[in-house]
Amino acid sequence: SVNPDLASERQTASFSVEKLTAWLDGGAEHTRLRRAVVEVIERDPVFSRENQYFQSQNERYEVAVKKAVHLQKKMHEMGWTESGPEFKYIYRAVSGDVAFLLHSIFIRSISVLGSDKQIAKWIPLASQYKLIGSYAQTELGHGTYLQGLETTAVFDITTQEFILNTPKISAMKWWPGDMGRSATHTVVFAQLYVHGKCYGVHPFIVQIRSLQDHSLCPGIIAGDIGPKMNFEHIDNGYLMLQNVRVPRENMLNKFCEVQPDGTYVRRGSPKINYFTMTTVRISLISHEVVIPLMKACTIAIRYSVVRRQSKLKPGEQEAKILDYQTQQEKLLPQLAAAYAFRFIDDYLQELFNRGYGEIQRNNFDMLPELHALSSGFKALVSQFGTSGVKICLQACGGHGYSLLSGLPSLYTKILASCIYEGENTILLLQTARFLIKCFMAASTGQHIPPSVTYLAAVKPKKCPAKNKLDFLRPDIYTEAYQHTAVRLISSTAAKLQDLIQSGVKKYNAWNQCTVQLVQAVKAHCHYITVKNFVETVEKLETTTGIQKIMKHLCDLFALHGIFSNTGVFLHDGYISGEQMDMVTASYLDLLAIIRKDAVPLVDAFDFTDSSLNSALGSYDGQVYQRLYEWAQKSPTNKQMSPAYEKYLKPLLHNTLSKL
Amino acid sequence: ATATMMNADLRKERAAATFQPELLTHILDGGAERTRRRKEIEALVINDPDFQHEDLNFLSRSQRYEQAIRKSSLMVMKLREYGIADPEEIYWFKSFVHRGRPEPLDLHLGMFLPTLLTQATPEQQDRFFMPAWNLEIIGTYAQTEMGHGTHLRGLETTATYDPATQEFILNSPTVTSIKWWPGGLGKTSNHAIVLAQLYTQGQCKGLHAFIVPIRQLGTHEPLPGITVGDIGPKFGYDEMDNGYLKMDNFRIPRENMLMKYAQVEPDGTYVKPLSDKLTYGTMVFIRSLIVGDSARSLSRACTIAIRYSAVRHQSELKPGEPEPQILDYQTQQYKLFPLLATAYAFHFVGAYIKDTYRRISGDINEGDLSELPELHALTAGLKAFTSWTANAGIEECRMACGGHGYSRCSGIPDIYVTFTPSCTYEGENTVMMLQTARFLVKSYTQVSSGQRVTGMVSYLNDFSRQRIQPQHVAARSVTVRINEPVSLVEAYKARAARLVEAAAKNLQAELNHRKSKEDAWNRTSVDLVRASEAHCHYVIVKLFTAKLSEISNAAVRAVLTELCLLYALYGISKNTGDFLQAGILTDAQITQVNQHVKELLAIIRPNAVALVDSFDFHDVHLGSVLGRYDGNVYENMFEWAKKSPLNKTEVHESFHKHLKPMQAKL
Repeated sequence: SVNPDLASERQTASFSVEKLTAWLDGGAEHTRLRRAVVEVIERDPVFSRENQYFQSQNERYEVAVKKAVHLQKKMHEMGWTESGPEFKYIYRAVSGDVAFLLHSIFIRSISVLGSDKQIAKWIPLASQYKLIGSYAQTELGHGTYLQGLETTAVFDITTQEFILNTPKISAMKWWPGDMGRSATHTVVFAQLYVHGKCYGVHPFIVQIRSLQDHSLCPGIIAGDIGPKMNFEHIDNGYLMLQNVRVPRENMLNKFCEVQPDGTYVRRGSPKINYFTMTTVRISLISHEVVIPLMKACTIAIRYSVVRRQSKLKPGEQEAKILDYQTQQEKLLPQLAAAYAFRFIDDYLQELFNRGYGEIQRNNFDMLPELHALSSGFKALVSQFGTSGVKICLQACGGHGYSLLSGLPSLYTKILASCIYEGENTILLLQTARFLIKCFMAASTGQHIPPSVTYLAAVKPKKCPAKNKLDFLRPDIYTEAYQHTAVRLISSTAAKLQDLIQSGVKKYNAWNQCTVQLVQAVKAHCHYITVKNFVETVEKLETTTGIQKIMKHLCDLFALHGIFSNTGVFLHDGYISGEQMDMVTASYLDLLAIIRKDAVPLVDAFDFTDSSLNSALGSYDGQVYQRLYEWAQKSPTNKQMSPAYEKYLKPLLHNTLSKL
Repeated sequence: ATATMMNADLRKERAAATFQPELLTHILDGGAERTRRRKEIEALVINDPDFQHEDLNFLSRSQRYEQAIRKSSLMVMKLREYGIADPEEIYWFKSFVHRGRPEPLDLHLGMFLPTLLTQATPEQQDRFFMPAWNLEIIGTYAQTEMGHGTHLRGLETTATYDPATQEFILNSPTVTSIKWWPGGLGKTSNHAIVLAQLYTQGQCKGLHAFIVPIRQLGTHEPLPGITVGDIGPKFGYDEMDNGYLKMDNFRIPRENMLMKYAQVEPDGTYVKPLSDKLTYGTMVFIRSLIVGDSARSLSRACTIAIRYSAVRHQSELKPGEPEPQILDYQTQQYKLFPLLATAYAFHFVGAYIKDTYRRISGDINEGDLSELPELHALTAGLKAFTSWTANAGIEECRMACGGHGYSRCSGIPDIYVTFTPSCTYEGENTVMMLQTARFLVKSYTQVSSGQRVTGMVSYLNDFSRQRIQPQHVAARSVTVRINEPVSLVEAYKARAARLVEAAAKNLQAELNHRKSKEDAWNRTSVDLVRASEAHCHYVIVKLFTAKLSEISNAAVRAVLTELCLLYALYGISKNTGDFLQAGILTDAQITQVNQHVKELLAIIRPNAVALVDSFDFHDVHLGSVLGRYDGNVYENMFEWAKKSPLNKTEVHESFHKHLKPMQAKL
């Protein structure tokens, strides 16, 4: 039965949860399909995550391999294919808890970087799992800065082979997933040398383990890099290469080739490489950031209406903790952010599809904008998402720290997204380069991409709001965000110019402005997020009730951003001190309004109990009973601890009294 | 051979420092003699083969618990063998043995024994204290329940007095009343001090403490009527058997209620305690320890991140030149140096609270409780402020180490999970901030009605003189000189005054809207938390600034002054809105503040490594491959990884069980 405190929250919803779910899925038929996939996966005991919190790293890895293998069987059984409509729901259904995730990156990199001949040779082997692939780029000493990689591949003209080496310890490949224990092959990125000349980083297919007995190939030293904050199920690995020879044909050569006589040939545009990175960054926003944030909100908000603590009014029952303003102020902005980023994901997908269409027509014009936006948003969304999950964790009091709440593992996993696929600060600075360039171009009247045209329309004025209700007008707050973004970008650009004109070297000037640049880029992305939220709400039918609640969330997201960064909006007097008090008042009013729909708003994310895997966040709200039952399953309760016989018993039996 | 040499970058950094790190270490320790003694105790532990073990990162939870128990029992014996009895020295010893981690006897040593000392009658001390001292009795402190934490009055466990048998009958009447979280309860303890609602003669007399045996001496099996176990895996705290306890009509003799203050007589008559303010003392003490912990945990994370940033080279700053140390990037300095400054600030605040507590507890023993409310309010807020800041700071340090920070070998994940719960335990942080706010509002109200207030809130007196003017408290012209710490203290003071006033006024406005007192308080609580934060921030800047004048060595004072300025200015740049809105600083000054922060980054840069060396963490205690003193990071990461459990066999068994069969089938 559903806990009455949770049931009552659902009775007062101001909108239809089912309709909101369908809208989020992109139509009721998608919801049906997603649920069907989820049901098939969850009904199969092999995919159960029930014991996950009790398993060691070794056990987690083994289960992940088992699941990955079983998933192949399942897909075959169900007739699901990688190009079918079901595929995109599988990852969500298994909560990412499978091995061989790098295998698909291995396949993708061969498909993108390999010649037709290489594709014909390797892809069938990989798709049939005759081999298991990984992707070895990052080294112990180098991550996001690819040019610094130290692994070498020297062409030996006499044998027509490349000789791969790890010349020093910092050159070891470090971190690649699936490489520690599973992979038989990997794509190694190495500095190519021909006739003593270095041609930069290139990809090579290298076999690392025997296809017969899985032992390491000669010249290969590989293993697991040891325990991490999360990803215990993935065997992130190290790889050391000692005079490993691969045939000339193993260099992926769609764009670059070393011919038999050692001639180096480049063809096509290397820009396409950026496109792969863009794809990965966009796809991770949804799977690795937005979904975990939605899950964390679901758990924390449901728990906050079940948990009662202290009294709001003397003589009354203890209050639900979600009725405390401070609790609302922690959780509801995270909920609004989850929706905001869900819509940014749509925005980026659409932009990406358009860009992809252009690229297929050999038009690369959209690439810089796409690259800049995907970098900036990957950084912004992963940073907001990580802090959001952490706030949810800490808003659940002590129980949030139990692994059984599900929150610690969501947190330790999402926070890796701030680093992988490009460290956030570096990504923000890449976007900064684009913005500064566009700003300069705009000031000389040149054409600039659509997402930044606002930079050209600088309007120095003041915020026109007269009362707190004015701050619920999207035009008012969107303009405040726009104004701030323009101000921060233009002032940083001006400072950069000043420094250069005063004789500071360009690279030095850039370094001296990086703190400001990071702030400017965040303001830009924040502005686009608000604007996109506003536009999404405008497109909704006004009759459904959904539009109304989405408008409230949009207002909350926008005002929370101002409330938490008052300084940048006050700085040039765009918003006055008096107006800022209006912002605060409107913001706090919204908390109380959205509070009423908080549970329906998380219900609409439509996570099953198994996918939340949380004693605090289940649909029925039977929090305490579940926490107690789950705790008893802990291995620590199943057997007498060996520590008792070995240490406690002698201790308790008075061995100390001799002192 | 290379492994024994110091990394060239670190050697260069150390040679370039403008001050002697040992001198700063002495200041942090409270004198050269304290440093000597600390290192002596450190050596006792670190050179003792009994305290060696495999890297904990490679052990399962059960193995980690086992190691902790083994070391704890040795620790108790050795402490007595060496005659170490000073509380601070015990703290050092324990912290070296367990390398800053929690251990299963924490609650026995930190709560069970002290509670016996302060709340047990002489008869009870005879029965329980010596056996507990000799660890025949191992106890824990069972307060928190599944359904209630910081809000103690809501606890549901009952202790009903039965005059017929002269026993208390203990019950856990609901699922939510099950005791949940107490450390050492799950597997280790055989006794617990249980907090329960006392019922006698049909009346509830509120919360009282009872000594409850929970496991059979000898077999260690739970006693009939007791259900006890471990609450399962957590975010960190792997060494600790946090437990649950359910009691069904479990009877204990009347004499097991801790009766130094309140009493139940044989016939069931209840005798009230004289004062309940005394319990404040323990809370103040434990919260003040958390302030010190915030400083130490953040210092450890800073040590790791800054040393690693001096060793790691990446990308290019100047075209054509070798890759620079990542510590040379402005963004990296901006992440780390304000945290370094914060760690120092918190050290001095921790020391201040410790001293103040020591002084005031002397007064308390003489019956003077006058300073206790302020200290209580201040420690609540500072506990929340410092633990929140340190928590975020440790995360920032980890992120600043890039991907390798995410590996357990960096040591930062462990520092993080060990430290983070302090935002919640001993008083949930938001609740703590609101307690401080209550004190601030009360002081504000006193001032408004013409009384004067003393201590850290005395700045509120200043505006009573200006009440006639219709402007904000802080709108009086403070001429802030951004290069002078003393002047910045004034700016923080003005900000705190303005936010306390704003919160108090909003509260009054809500009250005028015919709201109930509780409702009005709730609707103002976001403002109230901001006011408390501003107050704490002011206190910290003030104490850091005051510390500078105590430092005699000019070189050390210079570098600490830079850190103090950075701390204060960075705080302004992160909260510009407050300073602008109150008219404390102008737009132009804010721009200068931002600029000056960046200049300070460059000024502090040459001393960064020496400043973390001054924290003087031994490598064993630091537990980090990235933060090693010698800086030989990469080769040691490789050595560390080779020991990973997944690498125990060359071919993992999953290959034979899953991979091979699949390859055969597809």
